[in-house]
Amino acid sequence: MNALQEIYGGFKSLLIGLRITIGQFFRPTVTVRYPHKTLKMPPRYRGHIELVGNPETGKPLCFVCKLCERACPSDCISVEGTKLEGDKRKSVTSYKLDFTKCSLCGSCVEVCREGAIRFSRDYNLAGLTKEEFLLDLVQRFQAQQADVKSEIRDQRPETRNPKSEVLGGGKPEAELAGAGKSGGSVS
Amino acid sequence: MNALLAKTITFLDTEPYRLVVWVLIIVTFVAINAAYLVWVERKGAGRFQRRPGPTEVGPAGLLQPVADGLKLMAKQLIVPAGADTMLFRAAPLLVMAPVLMSLAVIPFGRGLAALNLNVGLLIVFALGPINLMAIMLGGWASRNKYAVMSAARVVSQNVAYEIPMLLVVTTMAMVSGTLDLNQIVEQQSGGFWHWNLFRVWVNPLMPVTFLIFYICMLAETNRAPFDMAEAESELVAGAYTEYGGMGFGVFFMAEYANIVLGCSLATVLFLGGWQSPFGLMPGVVWFLIKMYFLIFSVVWIRWTFPRTQFYGLLNLSWKILIPVSLFTLILSAAMIKILRALS
Repeated sequence: MNALQEIYGGFKSLLIGLRITIGQFFRPTVTVRYPHKTLKMPPRYRGHIELVGNPETGKPLCFVCKLCERACPSDCISVEGTKLEGDKRKSVTSYKLDFTKCSLCGSCVEVCREGAIRFSRDYNLAGLTKEEFLLDLVQRFQAQQADVKSEIRDQRPETRNPKSEVLGGGKPEAELAGAGKSGGSVS
Repeated sequence: MNALLAKTITFLDTEPYRLVVWVLIIVTFVAINAAYLVWVERKGAGRFQRRPGPTEVGPAGLLQPVADGLKLMAKQLIVPAGADTMLFRAAPLLVMAPVLMSLAVIPFGRGLAALNLNVGLLIVFALGPINLMAIMLGGWASRNKYAVMSAARVVSQNVAYEIPMLLVVTTMAMVSGTLDLNQIVEQQSGGFWHWNLFRVWVNPLMPVTFLIFYICMLAETNRAPFDMAEAESELVAGAYTEYGGMGFGVFFMAEYANIVLGCSLATVLFLGGWQSPFGLMPGVVWFLIKMYFLIFSVVWIRWTFPRTQFYGLLNLSWKILIPVSLFTLILSAAMIKILRALS
């Protein structure tokens, strides 16, 4: 009698299993079809750092105080700047980030008094050579500024990073090809 | 035009040509089914797991089997050092051949079979175990630990499941009183309540018999949850470990061809073959609908249940399936005697 009950119970559990899977079969799929569609990066995603511009002048907020350079535990930041005529503060001319050493600890972002650097939302960070990860953030910033559309988007707080915005939308292949090289420029 | 067509048909129906035509039909049928059941399997697996499955090659991934086939054919055939070359090469063919031969006797419609044998059922089960022996040979000839383990498993699993399978088939042969698959289907004409599956007045345990047949079919075709021979998480790929390219491809196709064979046999024996469920318009379409529904259920089961442990597998056969199938055999024999005595 016990054995019969066991068989009956086991068989019933199999049927329950089958009912559950067929239920899933007819429900919509949940996969994001990656190269064609991508998820938008959440606001707190930590890509490599990037420079923040002054929305009025369109120039980087950074004034080369070098606090980030000193705060970096991996010694991967080096900032250089000059004092231009008529300006109170220095302006940045080169912001070198050695991303091969960076561990994304965020000390540089924390220490920055001006809020002149932030995490980008660039996640397509793959390259063929080491040199692709020696980034110059000033060049990257200028390239972003050159893209007028990206400037407009820059002012909307939720989509500050133009790259992740493009990724969130359509244009797959060109975007991936550009992003694969490094986060250096916007396509 | 019609005269020409009729002439062609009579020409193709004479013996040597008829054979060639049917061989071509069966090979094409098996090849298309094997290729597209892989697609069905992958799509089904995807849907059961809320994924879309293959989508990139062709519309809805429909050209995926073509791409897979080209990939497999482009690969080098490697015979591992120390392997028994002849057996190693012959095993995939030996897996495929009996399925093709067995399909010759399956009636897809009224008189629509390559060979209208009066011992069709016997032929199918005479040829069936050859494919298991071939998997064993393939595993043995590979000179690989995992392959040999898998070969041993295949043998013990299929010895265990061959018995209830044959007991069930004997029951069906007794109930039908014939081994001719055409006649077995003819007996089930006129509505789904005449199908062997629902003929409970002949044997009250008919649905159980069908269930045993179905379970044994899953085990004999080495399908999950009884895929002990392949068991990729424990035995790499079991008997197929050393096979690559089309050698592996043929094994893979044979697995699906076996599913087609098993499902068509279940359709013929239990679901009334080409008979329609309402007694109207019998035809090959009904056969295909029933067969593909069974094939879908095989995929459904694969993606629902995890692989059983080996002793669980043998326990199921020796402790449940064999006693129950023996009981149904005796019961149906007694029922036949009683019914005959009453009438």
